[in-house]
Amino acid sequence: MKKRLLAAATLLMSLNASAADYVIDTRGGHASINFKIPHLGYSMLLGRFNDFSGNFSYDASNVSAAKIEVSINTTSLDSNHAERDKHLKGGDFIEANKFGEATFTSTSISDKGNGKLEVKGDLILHGVTKAIVIDAVKVGEGDDPWGGYRVGFSGTTVLKLKDFNIPERLGPASTEVEMDLHIEGIRQ
Amino acid sequence: MYINSDSQFGRVSKVIHWLVAVTIFSLFGVGLWMGELTYYDDWYQTAPHYHKSVGILLGLLMVIRVMWMFRAGKPKPLVSHQAWEVTLSKLTHLLLYLLVFAIVVSGYLISTADGRGLEVFNWFQIPALGSLIENQEDIAGEIHEILAFTLIGLAVLHAAAAIKHHVIDKDSTLRRML
Repeated sequence: MKKRLLAAATLLMSLNASAADYVIDTRGGHASINFKIPHLGYSMLLGRFNDFSGNFSYDASNVSAAKIEVSINTTSLDSNHAERDKHLKGGDFIEANKFGEATFTSTSISDKGNGKLEVKGDLILHGVTKAIVIDAVKVGEGDDPWGGYRVGFSGTTVLKLKDFNIPERLGPASTEVEMDLHIEGIRQ
Repeated sequence: MYINSDSQFGRVSKVIHWLVAVTIFSLFGVGLWMGELTYYDDWYQTAPHYHKSVGILLGLLMVIRVMWMFRAGKPKPLVSHQAWEVTLSKLTHLLLYLLVFAIVVSGYLISTADGRGLEVFNWFQIPALGSLIENQEDIAGEIHEILAFTLIGLAVLHAAAAIKHHVIDKDSTLRRML
């Protein structure tokens, strides 16, 4: 997985030497992939994937040239309840032992003005590839206090369980999951 | 009558033996059944709660059983038994004990992987050791299931051997436990 990302990063760099390349700061924990799904229709359940990695290229003056690729270890699902995690990772839902990796690869990114971006791409989850759209917003960019340069984004998207062949076992109120995404990249 | 003699199990050992046998098969059945329950089933929360509570009590009973065995001893093998039969039965008994303990521990490790303690019938709580390994709930779950099937297989073998001694050899092997 690391090798593949490295190869992807090298490819991105060679293709697009002018746009700045960033590695998502998962090491420093300045990124998170969260999900939110109604419980019985009475409350919201939040969880996240603790282990993922990715990189992107981005240049504020040429947003449409931006690209992003993220790889998620699906066994790192964490909803702060071990028995539920086991259930969600198991055969009833995302089958993490069989589909241990989920990936998102952007196909086109467009500037919607006011720091808003529309990120289209392919999400591979539970073995199913589906085109999704992430509504993103740039939070900020600039020098960090330690000699580096960073840019960060937030994004949201809604996934239908059915689209990814994940059984709708949680009832009619819980067929869609909202993804709440936050990334900070460190310029390479 | 309560203590085991050289030729017969005492009342305490007998009661524990059959109680453990019934409990293990019940836990196995409930374990299989509750894994198939849907989220909206009435038993979705209660069945695992009972399964865990009874499982912990079984573990405690097994600790008492081992202590009792050291205190009360065991009947001697029948003279009519071959050496290999004696060895095999000893090995089976040891494995049965080890499997029960390993299943209780692995079950505990599923429920407590997030640091939450394990509630036993809302009587008391066993504290969690927390997450000892990555994906503990998944790995412990796999182990719990595999060992449970192994235990049931071995218990059936154990029962078949007892019945064989009773019906075919017509010796007192099974009667000593009744």
